[in-house]
Amino acid sequence: MTCFANLKRSLTVLATVALLGASAPGGAADSGIPMPSFMEPQGTQCVEDTDFMRRNHMEVILDHRDKTMHEGIRTKKHSLKECINCHAADYQGDEKAREQHFCVSCHQYTAAQPDCFQCHSLKPEQPGAAR
Amino acid sequence: MKHITYRELPGRSGYYGLLGALALVVLMGFGAFLFMEHHGHYVTGMNNQVVWGTPHVFAVFLIVAASGVLNMASIGSVFGKSMYKPLGRMAGLLAITLLMGGLTVLVLDLGHPDRLIVAMTHYNFKSIFAWNIFLYTGFMAIVAVYLWSMMERRMNPYSKPMGFLAFVWRLMLTTGTGSIFGFLVARQGYDAAVMAPMFIAMSFSFGLAIFLLVLRAMEGGFGWELGGMALKRYKNLLGVFIAATLYFVALMHLTNLYATEHHGVEAFILMNGGIYTFLFWVGFVLVGSLLPLGLLYHPATGGSRTWIVVASVLVLVGALALVYVIIIGGQAYPLVLFPGMEVSSSFNDGVVNSYAPSLPEVVLGVGGIALALALAMVAMRVLRFIPETMSDEAMQQYLEASKH
Amino acid sequence: MNETSEHTDLNRREFLTRSAATAGVALAPGVMLYSVAQARPADEPVSSAVRWGLLIDSNKCASGCSDCVSACERENGWGTGSTDETHSDATQKAQWIRKVEVKNTETGHAFTLPMMCQHCENPPCADVCPTGASFRRDDGIVLVDKHICIGCRYCMMACPYKARSFVHETLTDQKPYAPRGKGTVEACTLCVHRVDAGDSPACVEACTAENHNAMLFGDLNDPESPIAKTVATYATTQIRADLNLNPGVRYQGI
Repeated sequence: MTCFANLKRSLTVLATVALLGASAPGGAADSGIPMPSFMEPQGTQCVEDTDFMRRNHMEVILDHRDKTMHEGIRTKKHSLKECINCHAADYQGDEKAREQHFCVSCHQYTAAQPDCFQCHSLKPEQPGAAR
Repeated sequence: MKHITYRELPGRSGYYGLLGALALVVLMGFGAFLFMEHHGHYVTGMNNQVVWGTPHVFAVFLIVAASGVLNMASIGSVFGKSMYKPLGRMAGLLAITLLMGGLTVLVLDLGHPDRLIVAMTHYNFKSIFAWNIFLYTGFMAIVAVYLWSMMERRMNPYSKPMGFLAFVWRLMLTTGTGSIFGFLVARQGYDAAVMAPMFIAMSFSFGLAIFLLVLRAMEGGFGWELGGMALKRYKNLLGVFIAATLYFVALMHLTNLYATEHHGVEAFILMNGGIYTFLFWVGFVLVGSLLPLGLLYHPATGGSRTWIVVASVLVLVGALALVYVIIIGGQAYPLVLFPGMEVSSSFNDGVVNSYAPSLPEVVLGVGGIALALALAMVAMRVLRFIPETMSDEAMQQYLEASKH
Repeated sequence: MNETSEHTDLNRREFLTRSAATAGVALAPGVMLYSVAQARPADEPVSSAVRWGLLIDSNKCASGCSDCVSACERENGWGTGSTDETHSDATQKAQWIRKVEVKNTETGHAFTLPMMCQHCENPPCADVCPTGASFRRDDGIVLVDKHICIGCRYCMMACPYKARSFVHETLTDQKPYAPRGKGTVEACTLCVHRVDAGDSPACVEACTAENHNAMLFGDLNDPESPIAKTVATYATTQIRADLNLNPGVRYQGI
């Protein structure tokens, strides 16, 4: 939201896109550059193009958050909860498994420090308890 | 001294020693902030019943004093009292730095100080807090221009209108600060329009006491001279302001005492509130008001510089006690959900809420005071804020000159 | 329906209130179905045509019973419903809903009720919030937008009901649908996530499931809803009605 955050974000996104652009996520690239490692998402296709989401997922979530918070719109498409439901498993306190968390590992890799997870759970919803 | 000449603070070892000591306190305050920010507020004495604690006492004290200290400038430029004019620059400077110190404490106590930018980008215009953000930033901008108009010869003609604007603004600012509490309809200890003028009277008294201490420190520190003529006026004025504060505090409690609805909270503050009752009667009334009044006006002590310093220190002790009673005492008294009924719950309903200041809170607050003084010292070292002398002889010449 | 009849000396008024409320509850199951069927589509914004309300009958609320509180803890992940808040002391731990015991010391008359955010039409918390983080949704639910809450706690100073809590430490064990975190203020959300899905709040569900039937949830604006019918027929009380805040939570039998 701030200009500093924007600048920092642009830089990290540039770096990430440059690094991830050619290589498949989930392992070390052939070039020898260390890559973030994370679990495979449960779905086959993200709600938007992968390239678009890499650059813009924060804007997409931000936009949806205000609609949900203030207008009670609870569509699933751009909901952070659904990101996590698809991209994360319940790591049950296991630190190794936590490092495989899609959001955590990639934010760590890009040195991004969003404060989403100060409040939002990193865990997917329990089946049955899901709302 | 037909024209007042101004000077910087001399850069002696004593200056750097004091500045270093203040910087150390500021650093400790910053450390306290990092500690609280890292762990969360559980390391403080604040809780879900007493949500504002010692940091707010210091912050409100500094903010109120900041607007009060500007009075010395206003009396000179707006009310044309020559005896006050030479101190206009210093008063303006201290007003800005005290406000900065207070706001720093306030901001560093937030649950999310990292989101300060949100407070600048999202406004709820019905919130007195949001108005205050404008009042504070506006105050600093207006006083900065006011200082410029006093210090830059070409700008001198604007110093009177700027002084007037700054005076009006500071009255609004203190009204805003008092109304943070005055507008709280739900709480027995607040919800009183008289809190706004009461805070203005408090600001006069706190600000002048701080100012007198700074002047005396300069006398003791580097032999700067403040004549008895000027000092006598200032200390008499302080007496008037102490009395005014007492008057408004008495008025608030008398109004409450008249309404049966408020008997509970009044009994708590005035009779059986333990530490709050002690701080009110002994801290504020006796030590902070009656004793300094006696010292300032008694022939044996009224002319003594030492006793004037003692009186000023006592006023500030009483000031902190009064703000503590208002802020913490007001929250310690339980909210009344069912008037006349006895209530109990797992969430401290119906009981006096407990609060004990924690070390980090106190260090943060004291750090704010140190920050205000350090900033003022640095500014006084680099720019000419201090009149060369205010000896009786120089003031006499100046008064003569300004009559013509 | 007689698990609340521990008072043996009912006076006439109490008796009437109690029997009336019992009649009201008999309608409740059918109405719950009705309100589920009326769940708002997920992509439709909330509207002020709806005013969510809660009616609590103190006569049916047993002293010592805290089923509503436990249900809220489990649902929203605070108190015993979470492994967090281990550092905070008892005065610092969050409480979204609490049981308050009230006694008239002169007459000896006593009652108990759950106290939580009263979801005022004119919420003082939202008035004083500098950033607008405290707000009232169009359907009457008062919430904290924790994304823009700076943690100043002025809302807690302003709330007449002491309904709000400040989170004093880092949390990790949140529920996915009930975000809460260090340095922000929180309170009862009227289980907004459940309400948006067409359900009633967890406290109401628990109270009904245990057959206490002391809590009735619904749309105050819908004249056909049991809550609207009950408040139209019987005397209900707003706590601190003198402040004229028009809370969405009303009480009976106090």
